[in-house]
Amino acid sequence: MTSPTNVAVTTPTFDDAVARYEPVIGLETHVELGTASKMFCGCSTVFGAEPNTQVCPTCLGLPGSLPVVNEAAVRFAVMIGLALNCSISPWCRFARKNYFYPDMPKNFQISQYDEPLCENGWLDLEVAGKIHRIGITRVHMEEDTGKSLHVGGASGRIHGATHSLVDYNRAGIPLVEIVTEPDIRSPEVARAYVDELRELCRALTVSDVRMEQGSLRCDANVSLRPRSAPGEPAAPYGTRSETKNLNSLRSVERAVRYEIVRQAGRLDAGLRVVQETRHFDEASGTTSSGRSKEEATDYRYFPEPDLTPLALTHEYVDAVRATIPELPAQRRARLSVDHGFSPAEIVNMRNAGVLDLVEQTVMAGAAADAARKWWLNELARRAADAGVAPTGLAIGPAEVARIAELVAAGALTDALARKVIDGVLAGEGSPDEVVAGRGLKLVSDGGALAEAVDAAIAAQPAIADKVRAGKVNAVGPLVGAVMKAMKGQADANATRKLLLERLNA
Amino acid sequence: MAITRDEVAHLARLSRLALSDEELGTLASQLDVIIGAVARVAEVAAGDIPPTTHAVPLTNVFRADITRTSLSQADALAGAPAAEDGRFRVPRILDMDE
Repeated sequence: MTSPTNVAVTTPTFDDAVARYEPVIGLETHVELGTASKMFCGCSTVFGAEPNTQVCPTCLGLPGSLPVVNEAAVRFAVMIGLALNCSISPWCRFARKNYFYPDMPKNFQISQYDEPLCENGWLDLEVAGKIHRIGITRVHMEEDTGKSLHVGGASGRIHGATHSLVDYNRAGIPLVEIVTEPDIRSPEVARAYVDELRELCRALTVSDVRMEQGSLRCDANVSLRPRSAPGEPAAPYGTRSETKNLNSLRSVERAVRYEIVRQAGRLDAGLRVVQETRHFDEASGTTSSGRSKEEATDYRYFPEPDLTPLALTHEYVDAVRATIPELPAQRRARLSVDHGFSPAEIVNMRNAGVLDLVEQTVMAGAAADAARKWWLNELARRAADAGVAPTGLAIGPAEVARIAELVAAGALTDALARKVIDGVLAGEGSPDEVVAGRGLKLVSDGGALAEAVDAAIAAQPAIADKVRAGKVNAVGPLVGAVMKAMKGQADANATRKLLLERLNA
Repeated sequence: MAITRDEVAHLARLSRLALSDEELGTLASQLDVIIGAVARVAEVAAGDIPPTTHAVPLTNVFRADITRTSLSQADALAGAPAAEDGRFRVPRILDMDE
């Protein structure tokens, strides 16, 4: 559909748009399941193989082949459904979705239609201190499509291409599609939903959820409606657009944001929003029209005759339920209660990739706050400098716990602890071996400290007199001088105590 | 419920069949007869009989998640009308209903 060219559309600012219109957002997320073999055949699912080397008669749709359901894929889908508080259908079928497009060699995709495996759940999110409950309409199973490469056009785009090349390695990899209710009202919450869903799937170990490899991708349905005055009924939903294949959290947020201002601009100009699919362009941050959905797509779904129905028993579902590990929300609650971490600290640790390490360090005996501080401030930075994940550092929770213990006991200062970390990373052995090897023991008594104290007093007589006269707080520069003379290995409290003794303060 | 020429034209488009006006008319009346014949089943089936999609009363036919050797790239592409760079080569994709 083209819009009349004589109508001027001005795009409002985002704040202006959402002041007048309420965004209504629903997300459809595809998650590739981390099974070893495909959904209906034994071909490998490993990413990155040479094209068309993980294919067989079944996933190529050759005559005479028959699909057989991968039990692990069903189990993983049930885990996701249960973790999203869905009810698991006691009986459901697969369906054929018919279309002519070469990304599936069979000319149909095996999916589920009116009988999804999981229905009616929810996922709670916390955004800026507020809990949002996002309804889950359904979770259904299907197979992924092949990958098309468009040749001859500009930068791999379908438009202007002379022909296309298809790799079917991905065709038949098990997918679940997770569909929300239109419960989301802002780009931030849309992003938070995908983030939480990704963490959930990661915790369930049902997918590697690598958005950059397409193992988790998202379509965003966005519409606007006028905000209603308090006490008045909400306006009916507006016409929605569907922006396809968003493959990063940032893209989800940006695409939804762009659609909100674009649609507001059209509505302001008296135009209608066209129901259509749109594509998001990362570079410009804008969406562009795909094909129009004015004429509803007709996939002619029918029950898949080559597959028997799924009739999962209570026993099966209960057995799967028993395998569900601690979920991200439960974990956050536990970390907060047990260790006093704030939601923001937990997010920071998770984003830095150190949450597991911090927890293991606490288990190894460190105080929670010290474990967080060392991993988040010191070791995450060193890992980034070295270009490795924090788990890839040559120092682990046991070593960090020992260092934190030495600091807590007063045997190391933070500065010395960093030197111990240097030594452990350099392969000089355990923290205790590094302390011994490098002579990093904190000095709190003995002749060396006494000499340094006397030298500091002799070097700064004016300050010494002030302290003698009772100004105890003036002792700071002398402590600093001693620390410097001792190359940071003096215990600050012991130094201060000794200085005050000598000055009879 | 009569099958219209428009419905046949829609189906033909979805199925990528080029049908003449004459063929659309013929097929519409033929499909009408077929649908009518199949509809008689509904007269026999009482409300307590669930729709059947399988002749065999089986459920939960699963395979274990075990990988098997795939075809070689050469074998996979052996039946392809055209191939390039280890991939199936297909005519350019226009703005189709995906």
